[in-house]
Amino acid sequence: MEQMIGKQSLKFTNAPYIIETACIAGKKEGEGPLGKLFDKVCEDGMFGKNTWEEAESELQKETIALALSKASYTPSDMRYIFAGDLLGQLIASSFGVKDYNIPFFGVYGACSTMAETMALASMTVAAGYANKVMAVASSHFASAEKQFRFPLAYGNQRPLSSTWTVTGCGAVIIGNETSAVKITGITTGKIVDYGVKDSMNMGACMAPAAADLIYQNFMDFGVDASYYDKIVTGDLGSLGQEILITLMKEKGFDISKVHMDCGIEIFDSKTQNTASGGSGCGCAAVTLCAYLLRKMKKEWKRILFVPTGALLSPTSFNEGKSIPGVAHGIILERNE
Amino acid sequence: MGNLLDEKRNEEYGKYVEKVTKKNNLLIACIKAFFVGGAICAGAEIVIEIFEGNGVDRETASAYTTLILIFLANVLTGLNIYQKITVFAGAGSLVPITGFANSVVSAAIEYKKEGQVFGIGCKIFTIAGPVILYGIFFSWLLGLGYWLLNVMEVM
Repeated sequence: MEQMIGKQSLKFTNAPYIIETACIAGKKEGEGPLGKLFDKVCEDGMFGKNTWEEAESELQKETIALALSKASYTPSDMRYIFAGDLLGQLIASSFGVKDYNIPFFGVYGACSTMAETMALASMTVAAGYANKVMAVASSHFASAEKQFRFPLAYGNQRPLSSTWTVTGCGAVIIGNETSAVKITGITTGKIVDYGVKDSMNMGACMAPAAADLIYQNFMDFGVDASYYDKIVTGDLGSLGQEILITLMKEKGFDISKVHMDCGIEIFDSKTQNTASGGSGCGCAAVTLCAYLLRKMKKEWKRILFVPTGALLSPTSFNEGKSIPGVAHGIILERNE
Repeated sequence: MGNLLDEKRNEEYGKYVEKVTKKNNLLIACIKAFFVGGAICAGAEIVIEIFEGNGVDRETASAYTTLILIFLANVLTGLNIYQKITVFAGAGSLVPITGFANSVVSAAIEYKKEGQVFGIGCKIFTIAGPVILYGIFFSWLLGLGYWLLNVMEVM
């Protein structure tokens, strides 16, 4: 059967399965609405380390270990690991993954990284290049602030359109052994640039990419919003959600009833002062592992998981470049 | 490659985003900034008066008070309090010299891990740098103007 569907999608003949997941989140995330669902909440933002970067690496390391132990696997069972984070040169992943001696692909997709690692991982398994692989993405509030904004102790005000980087890491083991949820297809996103230059309004930067991806997914598979029980974006936040729904209406689809955003779910923006919502690779990653996949066991049969990323660096921003967005779609289905 | 169309689309999108993006209430922000900033300055004035009451001249009293303000801001930054004040007060605590102190010491704390030279040494003025550079530059410009006026015997 033809696996290449439409312009940007794949429909796997041998759909790979999500064998096991693990997620660890920070204290603030633990106090949020999804707090009880995480495998582990770490009260210490430094994760027992000396620097924020080491802390994020430790977070990845522990999450990988947890995923392996939950599945009763050893690192040598993993043929490949696909991992990514937000730090320059992917140092959180390099130092988080290195001790496991697993062949490593470092992936950068900004906050869309979780879907990018999962897409590559599922392609690898579906193509028969591996039996079991791991997809990982992490972010840490403090290391991201340091990388993209100001030192943590610097006092400043955030606009209402801003988002709060999630401290968290999600790890997913994908393989060809039957389990409760399978990845039946993917849609890979293009870089979409609507010329927004405001780095404090990531939702507006990324919503066009999400709309482009969801529309293309509908076209490639010949479906509409009713095909999915949920369409879950990564970190558009409340403002980005509003924009996405408007953009999709312009394209002729109403997704308002099925749309959900991890950034809105993970924090209570009223009591936690997170403005538009959560963001970062970890946002979509931990929400997927802790909440979405749990919901899929009983309630939802099929979802489209669409984390979005804003492709900026402090350099590109200072040089006056716009902030393009990218989104990647993963179709998850309950195995019945 | 349809650049004109893209530009038009981007322009319309920009306007739309501008319209739907909620902004902080400027009036409330101004009131908070006025009271917190005012309180910092009023507090400083009280300290100056106390010094003067003890026989210190105005100029020396101001210098001592400035040092005290900077010291307090640094201690409060270390205790994770100053940044919370700024989250509430905005410009009210960003603009006084205490905000400047916060910007320097926060960078020092953050980059200490990268070493005394390449960390603290190179990065301590990441935020405060522009204020220092352009502050000195414009003082120089004003000095030059003052000197020229003197030479031309205008003043």
